Amino acid sequence: MKNLVMVFVLALTMVSNAFAEIRILTCEPEWSSLARELAGDKATVHSATTGLQNVHKITARPSLIAKMRRADLVICTGADLEAAWLPLLLRKSGNPKVLPGKPGYIEAANYVTMQEIPTSIDRSEGDVHPQGNPHIHTDPRNIGRVAQVIGERLSGIDPENASYYARRLVDFNQRWDAAIARWENEAKSIRGMPIVTQHKSWIYLIEWLGLERVAVLEAKPGLPPGAGHLASIAQQLEQKPAKVIIRAAYQSPRASEWLAERSKVPAVALPFTVGGNENARDLFSLFDETLRILGQFAR
Amino acid sequence: MCMYTRSIFIALLIGLPAVNTWAADSDIDQLKRELELMRQTYESRIQQLEARITELANKQVETDRAVTSRPAAPATTAQRSGQNSFNPGIAAILNGKVNSYSHDPDNYALPGFQLGGEAGLSNEGLTAEESELTISGNIDDRFFGSITLGIHQDESETEVELEEAYIEAVGLANGFGLKAGRFFSEVGYLNSKHAHSWDFADQPLAYRAFLGEQYTDDGIQVRWLAPTDLFLELGGEYMRGASFPAGGSDNEGKGVYTLFTHLGGDVGVSHSWRVGLSGLWADARERGAGGDEHAHGGGGVEPSVFAGDGNLWIADFVWKWAPQGNPTERNFKFQAEYFHRREDGTVSVDDGAELTDYRGTQRGWYAQAVYQFRPRWRIGGRYDQLWSRNRGSDADVLNEAGLNDDYDPTRYSVMLDYSRNEFNRVRVQYNRDKSRPGNADNQFTIQYIMSFGAHGGHQF
Repeated sequence: MKNLVMVFVLALTMVSNAFAEIRILTCEPEWSSLARELAGDKATVHSATTGLQNVHKITARPSLIAKMRRADLVICTGADLEAAWLPLLLRKSGNPKVLPGKPGYIEAANYVTMQEIPTSIDRSEGDVHPQGNPHIHTDPRNIGRVAQVIGERLSGIDPENASYYARRLVDFNQRWDAAIARWENEAKSIRGMPIVTQHKSWIYLIEWLGLERVAVLEAKPGLPPGAGHLASIAQQLEQKPAKVIIRAAYQSPRASEWLAERSKVPAVALPFTVGGNENARDLFSLFDETLRILGQFAR
Repeated sequence: MCMYTRSIFIALLIGLPAVNTWAADSDIDQLKRELELMRQTYESRIQQLEARITELANKQVETDRAVTSRPAAPATTAQRSGQNSFNPGIAAILNGKVNSYSHDPDNYALPGFQLGGEAGLSNEGLTAEESELTISGNIDDRFFGSITLGIHQDESETEVELEEAYIEAVGLANGFGLKAGRFFSEVGYLNSKHAHSWDFADQPLAYRAFLGEQYTDDGIQVRWLAPTDLFLELGGEYMRGASFPAGGSDNEGKGVYTLFTHLGGDVGVSHSWRVGLSGLWADARERGAGGDEHAHGGGGVEPSVFAGDGNLWIADFVWKWAPQGNPTERNFKFQAEYFHRREDGTVSVDDGAELTDYRGTQRGWYAQAVYQFRPRWRIGGRYDQLWSRNRGSDADVLNEAGLNDDYDPTRYSVMLDYSRNEFNRVRVQYNRDKSRPGNADNQFTIQYIMSFGAHGGHQF
């Protein structure tokens, strides 16, 4: 019996060593896409969530613990976005390489300037994040900043391929900067456009493109929109109409469509992240798609 | 810059002839005034120029900075919080119930099983029992610590009980995990779950019968997670054996060991599952039951004492469904567990005056399903059944100890609960309880569970 177990363990270890490339687990698909850009074929990349999932509320499933167990690098947004499941995965996986503070652990929110940092923290205010709004990836300039960190860490974790990662980082930076310039140019037509959002997930996009958020459907973040609050927004929109009501692809369309019917302001789902709709296949097409959809409501 | 220098010269050239014309036909005072005026004009132009130069220089610095250090924006706000902060996470769970029974809860019994530990019915009427206070956090980079106090109302007394107090090593290499202290054993599926995360107001009958509601004890636990895509976990525990199904103070502090294995994974993005098999070996000395101070039931049978060995096997299965992996809107959860136990030893009643040898083979299972059919609302059903086959030289003593095996307890339960958010749940539950022979006991429960403070996620 004991011998059998030993053989089994040995076999498993051999299987796991057969693939030399590093394993990257990301909490969100946008970081998976970024990791693929920067690590190329030197890594296998897996995202714990899909573009159609609400990352605030994910179950710490056995499959995720198994993925965490074998990860060489973990990339998450942080700022308590994954507080409901990430600490549990880290504690149960027995993998010291990816614990907070180790080179194998990246919290993207640590490398950008946070917005909407609450002045008071109280659960009666809903699902507030003490470190600020965690949805940083809706501004592509933040993704550029995180790319730098990932590039450096990859070289540290896998020094043999350091020059490869450095080349890919430079190449990505060039393409990304060009894309940002192109998007900013495209977005001139929507500058100042008044919008309504469902969850406070878009502040970084709004700041970047100079949009104007006139209302948020969730009166308190994370709590479903209440009927009274929706009615007051409908009234507000009568006086000062918005161009569009936006929600993330993973969110229930009910509230925004109810309001759209009442206020005659169109509602639309933005992909929010990679995989949020079929056109948003990587980071580049994510922003192409986001701007294409927003552009439809420019006038 | 060049352009501005030139315009000053032009200004001077324009100004000079003017001075000449004026000087020709006026006195020295006027000349002085004109010179003063000219100086002022000249100075204001210079100032404008200087301001312009500074502005341009600043712009240049900004551009430089943007070019050279674009990516590494300083972490202006990156303070750690939540479970990672200096201060430990403190969570309080408030649990209140109203229970109504059609039979006297003091006469509660499960024929064929000794009721030990906390086994029994919750207090009748209004009761604010079973509140929990948990303090947890990272001790340092190597250890996580957690302490949970259970606050129970028992008759007229308030008892504070140490439910859990453990340290857990984090970041042991190669998938190993280590836990030490007092903790809920990892056997079965529900045993390690805190009461606030149960899907029903009470435990399945099998947990009541085989584990005294929930087995918590002092000991150490070692786990190992296989490096595979399929979740495969092996573990074992070595426990003091101070509580049911072991028990007794003469145990030399090492009365129970357990082994468990879990296997789990996903099917597509919407389905996930886990199966488990656990074994628990208990060495019981002086294990009191029936008249135990913790038990709220047991009034129908004599206090009895068991000494001997018990060997319990539990097979568990959990399947969860959430459309696209989003449990917030709708989700479904099915779980079932099967228990099998052999006990071998002696049972005595009347403070040891009457004694019999005893061999028990006992089985039980339950299956439950909970469906969140719309946001905030869940409905659930559960079925429980137990069997026993107990043998001994003195059947009368076995009967007095409640180990008569001529009845198979069963129970049906349905529940409906409403959760405004994850901190807040209100539940109604009905049990058609045939734990005891005779007419079914109609049990109604209204319950609230509220939590505040730091509260980490729940395990699968």
